[in-house]
Amino acid sequence: MINISEVIETNEMIARENLDVRTITLGISLLDCISPDPEVLKKNIFNKITETAKDLKSVGAEIELEYGIPIVNKRISVTPMALVGAAAAKSEDDFVELAKVMDEAAKAVGVNLIGGYSALVSKGMTKADEMLIRSIPKALTSTDRVCSSVNTGSTRCGINMDAVSLLGQVIKDTAKADELHDSMACMKLVVFCNAPDDNPFMAGAFHGVTEADAVINVGVSGPGVVKTALEAVRGESFEVLCETIKKTAFKVTRVGQLVAREASKRLGIPFGIVDLSLAPTPAVGDSVADILCEIGLEHPGAPGTTAALALLNDQVKKGGVMASSYVGGLSGAFIPVSEDRGMIEAVKAGALTIEKLEAMTCVCSVGLDMIAVPGDTTAASISGIIADEMAIGMVNQKTTAVRLIPAVGKKVGDTVEFGGLFGYAPIMPVNPFSCEAFVSRKGRIPAPIHSFKN
Amino acid sequence: MKKAVVTVVGKDTVGIIAKVCTYLANNQINILDISQTIVGGYFNMMMIVDMDRSEKPFKDTTHELEQIGGEIGVVINCQSEDIFNMMHRI
Repeated sequence: MINISEVIETNEMIARENLDVRTITLGISLLDCISPDPEVLKKNIFNKITETAKDLKSVGAEIELEYGIPIVNKRISVTPMALVGAAAAKSEDDFVELAKVMDEAAKAVGVNLIGGYSALVSKGMTKADEMLIRSIPKALTSTDRVCSSVNTGSTRCGINMDAVSLLGQVIKDTAKADELHDSMACMKLVVFCNAPDDNPFMAGAFHGVTEADAVINVGVSGPGVVKTALEAVRGESFEVLCETIKKTAFKVTRVGQLVAREASKRLGIPFGIVDLSLAPTPAVGDSVADILCEIGLEHPGAPGTTAALALLNDQVKKGGVMASSYVGGLSGAFIPVSEDRGMIEAVKAGALTIEKLEAMTCVCSVGLDMIAVPGDTTAASISGIIADEMAIGMVNQKTTAVRLIPAVGKKVGDTVEFGGLFGYAPIMPVNPFSCEAFVSRKGRIPAPIHSFKN
Repeated sequence: MKKAVVTVVGKDTVGIIAKVCTYLANNQINILDISQTIVGGYFNMMMIVDMDRSEKPFKDTTHELEQIGGEIGVVINCQSEDIFNMMHRI
């Protein structure tokens, strides 16, 4: 039988170390909603989402209460809208209308974000893909809860540089369209390489075409738990360090597995995956940067950061993998800047630069995330940053992503406030030299040699 | 058997166990195991209980225990045992 010290340990994790289930994300296929008639399509989308997700919020609350574990977000991801809307949408505005329907459906069922205003264009863009991408600035500023993502590259296909080039401009336009709110709309747009079909985390979640009609994916978190566990092994060997991270990741992931299984049972929707992630928030004690410091760095960004992060990321996976029957999504340590108090401090102290973050993305779970850059950063420079990140993902056969906020009117030294879970971000300097001639070339970067495995 | 873990954390005072046990008895909740310890000067008690015969929905029991805790100045939680089993048993 369970003993008192185990009970106290679990409850301390929840009460003091910010252990939580970060999200239950319900993936919903909209492929059966497709119609060439825009009105029918809109009605189908709204009905499918609201019908499938009608109990999501209440079931989440029920599980929260019964197990005493906070479930921070209940969210929805849907089939990439460029596919769903291709037959009906004839213009960018038609796509914006579909974003509004997603928004209405999300509000109707009470979820705080809905992902899937997305296009998968790693090799080429259809007319619909391109219209959707061009409509992103308007879609994100005329809705509240819609999140958008574009997959512009993969290890199998290479990098679609036409899309990368276009997205540099789209990110600038989104920033401009939302300049009254510090260009916050850019937070809801992620550019991917090797995007997973089952990612439960926003803003990059969409319900991939390889998925079933509906599926429950769960993202766990708990950087504070890992940090606290590591405090007890200061100065110990790497072996002890790694064992401690693994054991902690195991415990954290088991909670995710339990919640995923229960949510799936109660909603009557199959369980997809648990995403074993260390996802920070700006709350004190909920920081991945703090773990890196506990491992032995003065600030993230110091020499040794990439090695420390590589170690952390790998042990999280090794510990988590046995704790869940299906692991997927992004799985690993997230290193967003604005959402992590320790990262913000590191930037302010001058320890962390975009270039170092780029190196860190080679070994973490995603990429350049929640980074505010000067408002006068050119579209070409943003495309260049995206291309670099896509190349890292393509060559290393991993997911990488870019979520930049070129905050209009802000310069290095300023800060942008996003509020709540999104935190705030000091503006980081971007290398001022031009890559215009590079990113304006047409076409795509071919797939790397090691993609030819057949 | 539907098992739950009731924890009580707070400053030690007369009658904590009596209050909680009375509530459990009145609601046909059977105590299977009980232990207590002091952590950081705070009274920690844990009970593993069988809720099979309780007719109240789980959430009502949780709320009522919370209220009792409020009255006597301690924090009382009631959680399904599964979360602890998942985390600490393979």
